[in-house]
Amino acid sequence: MKIAVCVSHVPDTAAKISVGSNAKTIDKNGVTYVVNPYDEFAIEEALKSKEKIGGETVAISLGGDANKESLRKALAMGIDNAVLLKDESERDSLSTAKALAEEIKSQGAELVFFGKQSVDYDNSIVGQLVAEILGYNSVSVAVAFEISGTNIKAEREIEGGKEVVETSLPAVITAQKGLNEPRYPSLKGMMAAKKKEIAEKQPAAIQNFVEVVSMKKPASKQAGKIIGSDASAVPELIRLLKEEAKVI
Amino acid sequence: MANKILVFIEQRNGKIKKASLEALKAASELSAKNSFSVEAVTVGNEIEGLAELAGYGAQKVTHFKNASLENYSTSGYTESVLNYAKEIDADIIFFANTTLGKDLAPHIAVKIDAGIAADITALDFQNNEIIATRPVYAGKTLIDVKITSAKKVFTLRPNLFNAGASNGDSVEVNIVNVENPNLSVKVTEIKKSEGKLDVAEADIIVSGGRGMKGPEHFHLVEELADALGAATGASRAVVDAGWRSHSEQVGQTGKTVSPNLYIALGISGAIQHVAGMRSSKYIVAVNKDKDAPIFQIADYGIVGDIFEIVPAMISEIKK
Repeated sequence: MKIAVCVSHVPDTAAKISVGSNAKTIDKNGVTYVVNPYDEFAIEEALKSKEKIGGETVAISLGGDANKESLRKALAMGIDNAVLLKDESERDSLSTAKALAEEIKSQGAELVFFGKQSVDYDNSIVGQLVAEILGYNSVSVAVAFEISGTNIKAEREIEGGKEVVETSLPAVITAQKGLNEPRYPSLKGMMAAKKKEIAEKQPAAIQNFVEVVSMKKPASKQAGKIIGSDASAVPELIRLLKEEAKVI
Repeated sequence: MANKILVFIEQRNGKIKKASLEALKAASELSAKNSFSVEAVTVGNEIEGLAELAGYGAQKVTHFKNASLENYSTSGYTESVLNYAKEIDADIIFFANTTLGKDLAPHIAVKIDAGIAADITALDFQNNEIIATRPVYAGKTLIDVKITSAKKVFTLRPNLFNAGASNGDSVEVNIVNVENPNLSVKVTEIKKSEGKLDVAEADIIVSGGRGMKGPEHFHLVEELADALGAATGASRAVVDAGWRSHSEQVGQTGKTVSPNLYIALGISGAIQHVAGMRSSKYIVAVNKDKDAPIFQIADYGIVGDIFEIVPAMISEIKK
């Protein structure tokens, strides 16, 4: 069976983000890009699934040449093949999902992993969109995953607890932190990944339904009052919270 | 121009979620600016308070009912909500951006060929178009978006839209009994975290960072949270160190929260942490380092020793 994992290439969470001169996207100058943190859990789960049920793994990424860096990381961790859907345009979630779904379908993958969200546009919906486009079952925000035969038992994080979800293949699973402990690429893996060819394909142009009107900085918060430097400041703090902020 | 907004009302254990009331109220406020009609749809078994949704602006309430839909099912809920959205030809659908709403909304969007904008923090109506604001890059920047397709799906971040009080109206609930729901994805069990409030839903959060100096000192965070009826949160550093569970993590690879009050104890205020909590209404920081970036965004700060200040806070609140 083929197992796919979709990987996005995003600014490091430690990066400072500023608005670009077009006021619609960020200024990419000086920003370090990394594999999306949640996708590392997705890659690890794809590898673990292959170890359990066999088959072949493929990593798919949509974007420019820079995304190859994240695909190489997936290969270095042990993913068998990588495909870059080469497209530098800004896509909305649905348009991204349609391009990925088309490739997953042409690969014939029946088990697909995503990170639960990309830490750039933060929609947390692309995995579910892909599942619905393909008619696959889906479990989002998974913190546990087991497969036996075609049956899947997973746990998804909800407010104040977890839901145990049962479903079956074909399926899309989106990974939350805590699902597993991603392995570090071995030196051998890194060397092999360098030599592997990353297939390049042209995804179909698909119309966006969501248009960015403008990008802006959030209103900056004014630094507030320093009330004191020891426990004697506490009564005043509590009074302010009760009487000025009225939050307790 | 669109004229029908459908609001999905989420229930857990038969009780309506506050975040859904907020979405409903936001829809009815939008309808006041033009000629939209507002309907509510829900899925579940026995659900309290559906008739009273009229008090938050629902002109009609429809309940898809089946005992096996009491718990969430991606497939079962998609089927019912989709059938109804198609039946009434809804133009716009609102969901609360909860773990359930985030899961369900995209499935519906695909099937009605709708553009979808998730995690909306503000809505505006300009030149006959809905302009939605959403944080991106974990809130380091914001974008204003408009959906250009005929059908539109939005999910609204909890705690930012004010549900206000009911105006006391009620309406007869239209109950549709669901025959053989599609349970190809099925919740078989819910494991509750023992009696703890979740950071994503709390009005007050008390978070601890590396300045707590070890997991054995987090009882201070917990005691202060108990005294305030708050949830406990944590920074990435202490989650990565294994002191606290990931479900408590606030920040870019944890949860994004907007409580009324966020108390940061021994948290320096790394950019990825601030991204997840900067939309809190009030922020209190206690840290021994006066140059910690957290003080740049705190409304109130005490520069000092946590182990002296937190016990004093607990006893002052209990007074």
